[in-house]
Amino acid sequence: MKHAFFPAALILLAGAATSAAAQESRTIDEAVNEVFATVTGPFVSLIFAPLPGTAFPWIVMWLVVAASIFTIYFGFIQFRAFKHAIELVRGDYSDPNDAGEVSHFQALATALSGTVGLGNIAGVAVAVGIGGPGATFWMILAGLLGMASKFTECTLGVKYRNEYPDGSVSGGPMYYIFKGFAERGMPGGRFMAALFAVFCILGSLGGGNMFQANQAHAQISGIFGSYPGWITGLLFAALVFAVIVGGIKSIARVTEKVVPFMGILYVGAAVIILLVNFDRIGWAFGQIFDGAFTGAGVAGGMVGALIQGFKRAAFSNEAGVGSAAIAHSAVRAKEPITEGFVSLLEPFIDTVVICTMTALVITISGHLMVDPATGDYIVNGGSIQTVGDVSGVALTSAAFATGFGWFPYVLAVAVILFAFSTMISWSYYGLKAWTYLFGEGKTTELTFKILFCVFVVIGAAASLGPVIDFSDAAIFAMAVVNIAALYVLMPIVRAELASYRARLKSGEIRKFVSR
Amino acid sequence: MSAKIVVGLDGSGAGSRAVSYAEKVARLIGNCEIILVYVIEWSPYSFQTAEENAQRHKRREEEIKTAMERVVSPAVDALKKDGVEASGEVRHGDVADLLNTIAVERGADQIIVARTSEGGIKRRIFGSSTANLVMHASVPVTVVG
Repeated sequence: MKHAFFPAALILLAGAATSAAAQESRTIDEAVNEVFATVTGPFVSLIFAPLPGTAFPWIVMWLVVAASIFTIYFGFIQFRAFKHAIELVRGDYSDPNDAGEVSHFQALATALSGTVGLGNIAGVAVAVGIGGPGATFWMILAGLLGMASKFTECTLGVKYRNEYPDGSVSGGPMYYIFKGFAERGMPGGRFMAALFAVFCILGSLGGGNMFQANQAHAQISGIFGSYPGWITGLLFAALVFAVIVGGIKSIARVTEKVVPFMGILYVGAAVIILLVNFDRIGWAFGQIFDGAFTGAGVAGGMVGALIQGFKRAAFSNEAGVGSAAIAHSAVRAKEPITEGFVSLLEPFIDTVVICTMTALVITISGHLMVDPATGDYIVNGGSIQTVGDVSGVALTSAAFATGFGWFPYVLAVAVILFAFSTMISWSYYGLKAWTYLFGEGKTTELTFKILFCVFVVIGAAASLGPVIDFSDAAIFAMAVVNIAALYVLMPIVRAELASYRARLKSGEIRKFVSR
Repeated sequence: MSAKIVVGLDGSGAGSRAVSYAEKVARLIGNCEIILVYVIEWSPYSFQTAEENAQRHKRREEEIKTAMERVVSPAVDALKKDGVEASGEVRHGDVADLLNTIAVERGADQIIVARTSEGGIKRRIFGSSTANLVMHASVPVTVVG
């Protein structure tokens, strides 16, 4: 009873405070924003610096090149192991005696709830809005390639995790960098692991927290009218605090149950809209392929479409970033590589399926305005002119509304819930990086958790521009360190793969359930 | 040749009634072993937070230990004291599925369970585990009221 009352009371309090504090809060929001932009500016510029002589950010190239190298190095593992990955998730290879441990399905679902979210809804709309439908092609390609990066990092995550005497586990890039480098006799493992942990904490507070709080506030104020961001911030911070510090499982449990349902509802709605507009699907794919190589008159042409597609795919599925390796390492698999196989489904579901749905619905909805004379998209100030001049979540929302008038309300609820579940996931990633640096212990953990809650408020109060920039930058900075380490450690994964394959062939590893 | 009976325990009064009925049957048969099974409801397809996943192994051990100490071991000891051959198991999964699987694995001749006490919406949607067991079991099932 007490728990149910707590958030309700906060809403009331926040509501009462709104009018009285409106004047004062404007200055608080502005001050937070200004300081934030100044502090994070140089870091953002460094991460997104273009390759010399081009407009192509080097970091995007870094991710795509790595994903391509892993794809080739592991012999197109994402296609060859796809069926096996599904069998693993279904539990065909699970020993019944291990019932009660974390299953492959659960590890995948947990990792997915950290990635499926705003990237699939808002990020795709941004990509299509700037890069045109052609961006979708590059997004799908980046998603398919990213499956190999995920495979590599998640296998290492399970292989080198820490298991404590009490039976709990901690894993992730910081552990595999430290232990893996030592095993290969490479210097610098300790430094790189620590550097990753620092970026992971920043990413957790940025993309995993402030960006989410910010977008959740945008949604809520879209429904109830404009009001100061710190109010949403306090409300969310209280809920996050209740879950991660208070250990109030009921809130987490509700989100866990509702989030997958929202995901299914989202894809279901997209499928229905596509079915209704069946005759336009071929045309939409035509736009996607055409735009991918010609740019079809959008900002930056083909390169613009490519940058947007790659960038948003990377931000959405986090392949190569290393975050998923933290989530996947909790599974109790006898073979670390099985978790690698399972994890390669993640970019597929997140990017190839869900992001593509969003992009198709936006394209088919006709919200991107076309110049009747030339047949090209009308470009206005760097992005495509849309019906009603909407972008981001609003564009996705408007596109879905062409199919279902009530959908914007469902989408608003979904965005808020996705934002919340992503925050909970990233609070865990950040916490693992934090305890790696400062040691496990109740006080150290509590310090980070409180810091995390403070940043929820900052994120909700800051304006979108600087927050998005910093969030992207912090998450991509994790990828700089993680991928460098993956290059060093990939032979270890290849050895695991060869050994597993041989034993699968010899029948030493067999199915427990045959269907 | 000895007979084997699998008995479903749930830590409630209904479970104990199943055990005492099994004991009676075992005495009538004579050379009979009773296998007590306590199932912790668990699904590999539920959703959990990352933190819960990290703690899962530890929790599982605790759950098994608690069920063993509080429910299964006392029941096994009581049977043994009365001179009936008995053993106990704690497993995670679906009650109906597991009772049947264990009965098949151990070559049991029958399963004895009590009428379940679960009710409400869950039962209306998924049916009671006793009813599921009766419908799908590969060995005879006796339901104790």
